[in-house]
Amino acid sequence: MRVVAAMSGGVDSAVAAARMLDAGHDVVGVHLALSRSAATLRESSRGCCTIEDAGDARRVADRLGIPFYVWDMAERFQRDVMDDFVAEYAAGRTPNPCLRCNESIKFTALLDRAVALGFDAVATGHYAQVVERVGSGGATVRELHRAVDPDKDQSYVLGVLDAEQLSRAFFPLGDTTKPRIREEAAARGFSIAKKPDSYDICFIPDGDTRGWLTSRLGERPGEIVDATSGEVVGSHRGSYGFTVGQRRGLGLDRSAQDGDPRYVVGVDAPTNRVLIGTADLLGVDLLRADHARWCGAAPVDEIRVGAQVRAHGEEVPAWARVDESDPEVVHVRLDSRLRGVAPGQSVVLYDGTRVVGSATIAATGLAGRTPSGIVEDSMTLTRRT
Amino acid sequence: MRESAREAWTEQARRGGNASSLHTSGRAARAVVEESREQIADALGARPSEVVFTSGGTEADNLAVKGTYAARLRSVGASRLVASGIEHHAVLDPVQHLVRRQGAEVTWLEPDRCGHVSVEDLRGVLASGGADDVALVSVMWANNEVGTVQPVADLAAAAREAGVPFHTDAVQAVGQLAVDFAASGADLMTVSAHKVGGPVGVGALVARRDAKLVPLAHGGGQERQVRSGTLDAAGIRAFAVALTEAVAERESAAARLTALRDSLIEGALGLDLGITVSGCWTAGDATSRLPGNAHLLVPGCEGDSLLYLLDAAGVECSTGSACQAGVPQPSHVLLAMGYPEVEARGALRLSLGHTSTGADVEAFLSALPGVVERARRASGAA
Repeated sequence: MRVVAAMSGGVDSAVAAARMLDAGHDVVGVHLALSRSAATLRESSRGCCTIEDAGDARRVADRLGIPFYVWDMAERFQRDVMDDFVAEYAAGRTPNPCLRCNESIKFTALLDRAVALGFDAVATGHYAQVVERVGSGGATVRELHRAVDPDKDQSYVLGVLDAEQLSRAFFPLGDTTKPRIREEAAARGFSIAKKPDSYDICFIPDGDTRGWLTSRLGERPGEIVDATSGEVVGSHRGSYGFTVGQRRGLGLDRSAQDGDPRYVVGVDAPTNRVLIGTADLLGVDLLRADHARWCGAAPVDEIRVGAQVRAHGEEVPAWARVDESDPEVVHVRLDSRLRGVAPGQSVVLYDGTRVVGSATIAATGLAGRTPSGIVEDSMTLTRRT
Repeated sequence: MRESAREAWTEQARRGGNASSLHTSGRAARAVVEESREQIADALGARPSEVVFTSGGTEADNLAVKGTYAARLRSVGASRLVASGIEHHAVLDPVQHLVRRQGAEVTWLEPDRCGHVSVEDLRGVLASGGADDVALVSVMWANNEVGTVQPVADLAAAAREAGVPFHTDAVQAVGQLAVDFAASGADLMTVSAHKVGGPVGVGALVARRDAKLVPLAHGGGQERQVRSGTLDAAGIRAFAVALTEAVAERESAAARLTALRDSLIEGALGLDLGITVSGCWTAGDATSRLPGNAHLLVPGCEGDSLLYLLDAAGVECSTGSACQAGVPQPSHVLLAMGYPEVEARGALRLSLGHTSTGADVEAFLSALPGVVERARRASGAA
């Protein structure tokens, strides 16, 4: 097959490209330039997409003897990932930009261009497995599964891929643990074998998300309100800087009366209010999520799944069903409560190790108990339109 | 590299010797360097003492621009640089550096749609400021991307009338066009070894003996006190051999390349793909466009898609544009010639040399329709 290996300049995508070549594919390395103002050299392990990273990727491609190109996707990345990130926070939600990037950059913009140029597929260094199975009609079905390395498993950020995208995706690292991949990189003579992993959000290299958002949205002072009493208990400089479940940075860690910790339990963007409450207000077991994507056919009845709401978060047994009137909407009932679930996060549904589908959380609630007025309020207010 | 140059190179490398030393092997190395200097001067219509060896075209351009600027600023207070907007980056970047960091002023000569710089424009610029204002005029002999040959002698004459030094980057011209330094009237001229089949890492700034230059780097002053560093005798030997051979073969090679170039351009235009040729092209004309240069614009395509698809089809070419952080940018040459960015993105530069054959042109032309169709689809997808 003719395959584009997306090469970030890191260890994982380098080994992924090498493995595709070993498997006999015709491989071309492509580095995505995602930033208009790429810094020349990195100062720490954070971030990615510098000129140094492009150089590292080129060095590996040269060593493998494969052609290498840099494709400029900065404009698309700005629009679909960075602008979306800002807009989501401004609307009181908590987005996952890596998931957006996989959905609209790596497996749409990159894949579409690759296919147009005559390639069959895109390979990346994500830790996930694609399992081919013969389906009911005799046709080959490709399933997305968790990686064998639970610490590195990235099936969560790939859960947004649909069957068509999955049919052209390769994840050659899913059957190996990260330490083994580093050993393999060293054995292959890659100079980047010891390069540190990248963490956090690549376009916020210093990790200060709130500061980065402030520089784009400006200060928007507002009130911090007690979710139970409705009383104004403090002030903030922009509700976009808060996310459900957050405890630090409120300026009021504990209530003066009861001495219990206080958490963000809701962000009400239209009124620019941050709602806080005690830990017991954070537990939710009902999710309403939209933007549903299925790795195959959408389920007809309520199905038994495991639900995961953040990268490397715990998986909770749950029931999921598609909304009767809107096929883009999924309702999820969790067997046990999850704390700190923010609208905007994605819920990825698993059947064993297999990814069934994903959706973006629009509202949360609590079954078997009358939801508190404010939480109910935040459910409606944060609903996606 | 040319066979003869490779042999001369390795032979001198085996012999060794430091041309700055006074002992026997040093004297022998110096003899080789000086004999090479004479041959190079002879091939370029210059005097041996006018040849200042450098590490290549980039250093020679930097020395011409920065060295002349510093000297002219000191002697008469002239602080303006005049250059064409289609210069190579080895001239553009030093000019911009002087403007941004050292208070220089610049007047860009804008070329016409063919890439020609107008002598009248230059006269106009020089008339308003004159020798106390303009430190240097720099216009390349022939453009590396679109192949347009400039009226160098007329430009040099206009500069001389105004009392302003004139520099020309002749890296692309040597070996393809008749280049005679003395007859051109230029004060400074850049040449490079590897463009004529010599080794990478050797070049020269040909400088009239009255040209005033402040050195870029100090330490030894081996070359006329303006360029320091132990000379690379082997590289210089190979440079001389390659240049002598290239100049001797020039006329027959130019005729052959012009015919190949014309068949490539005519073939591409005849494919009904909307392709146009940029720069100045007339079939059979070997003097106003570089004989080995074909530069095509393919509408609706990204240059790097074309590059990849042609490479996969076994055709090596270039988009003719610089990269920033590895990302291809539309060529500054095409933008300066007045092409909109969207047209400039579909640029394809094909250079023909002594190894190019009619079969290569055929292979390119037969691959092109499929390549263009795919590249257009990719352009629509992204």
